[in-house]
Amino acid sequence: MMQELRRKWKGWILVPAILLGLAIGLTVYVVNNPGGTMAARMLTYPSIFRYLREHVLMVLVSCLLAIGAGVPIGIMLTRPRFRSIGRVVENIVNVGQTIPSLAILALFFTFLGRGFNTAVFALWLYSILPILRNTYAGIMSIQPGIIEAAHGMGMTPLHVLGRIELPLAYPVIMAGVRTAVVINVGTATLATFIGAGGLGDLIVTGISVGRPIIIFTGAALSAILAILLDHILGQIEERLVGS
Amino acid sequence: MNVFEFMITRRESLWHLTVEHFYLVFLAVLIAVIIGIIVGIIITYSYTASVFALTICQVLMTVPSMAMLGFLLPFFGIGFRTGMIALVLYSLLPIVRNTYTGIREIPNSILESAYGMGMTPWHVLLRIQVPLALPVIMAGIRTATVMVIGIAAIASYIGAGGLGELIFHGISRTQPYRILAGAILISIMAVMADLILGWVEERLMVR
Repeated sequence: MMQELRRKWKGWILVPAILLGLAIGLTVYVVNNPGGTMAARMLTYPSIFRYLREHVLMVLVSCLLAIGAGVPIGIMLTRPRFRSIGRVVENIVNVGQTIPSLAILALFFTFLGRGFNTAVFALWLYSILPILRNTYAGIMSIQPGIIEAAHGMGMTPLHVLGRIELPLAYPVIMAGVRTAVVINVGTATLATFIGAGGLGDLIVTGISVGRPIIIFTGAALSAILAILLDHILGQIEERLVGS
Repeated sequence: MNVFEFMITRRESLWHLTVEHFYLVFLAVLIAVIIGIIVGIIITYSYTASVFALTICQVLMTVPSMAMLGFLLPFFGIGFRTGMIALVLYSLLPIVRNTYTGIREIPNSILESAYGMGMTPWHVLLRIQVPLALPVIMAGIRTATVMVIGIAAIASYIGAGGLGELIFHGISRTQPYRILAGAILISIMAVMADLILGWVEERLMVR
């Protein structure tokens, strides 16, 4: 019990607090010691906050929409009626996932033009893939006997889905969401190239004006964001497995 | 000008960039395979070391590639070297992790019978553990290669060369056909690498 509590405390409070503290400390440090007027102009609280907000917004919107699309499509493909195209879709998704993120962003850039919306759309499409694949794989990997037993007990198909299939596939689906979010935070740093802003702006500006401190601020904040989100989703995943 | 015209008229420079990209990826994965397999084997002997190494690799993987390039840039400067170091770091995790799990998954009875036959630990490692773990290690190399093809495209931004240059030049000069050519070639390269290495993996599995 004590051990359980300690592990929970460490996972939910200590590690996130350390990461947040690091991010805040770093921001305060670079704003107060920019080491030059050029960097000082880039590194103010409002501007850093704006980049961060753009970044988080991009990731959040695209991921939530991807969960909203990926999970239902994944469930649909496991229904008997669509099962025949499930394999085909799985293969397409696998090929889609091997396509590099920069190529995806560049492709949509040429069709949809610059801007925030293009980036969100590309990120959305890219993060559907792991979520869809894991939903499909998670439900398909349930032993047929379990589902048959549920049917035998007189459960309706909807009940089987809600009470048996989804709870059993939950950890796998969550793992897909986690993969999608981490890839998404990384890809969002590239969104600066298509004029969508985000923390990538700091990195790219820093490189082009040759100020390591600007690069470092953008890189560190995006890295901390990725590690923090990965950690929190890992905690949720673990809790679901445990219960 | 459309993409296909561009690809045909510029086929020589495109070929050059493709070879450069391939070279970057090949060298990075080669270095990562050598380091990764050795590290993966060493950490199977100690639980603490394995947790330590795998956690570090896991965190490194989570760091966005653009951020990693940003971290390395002030130390190693613009150019090939920085890109190379970033690529090697990224390809380490899948290889280390898969070497570790591949060796760990071998049933104890096999190892015991090998020792019972009088094999030395070195023999067991080279004749039993590594060959049996080979398909899993190969899967790690496959993941690493596909990932590194994508990251190498980003590394073009800091002057490491390769097909990413087409995308970045295309964006700054607003030449959509150049961007498309780059995106298409990189995607084809990644999908091809995945297919070929997947085939190799399957061959190893059958044996």
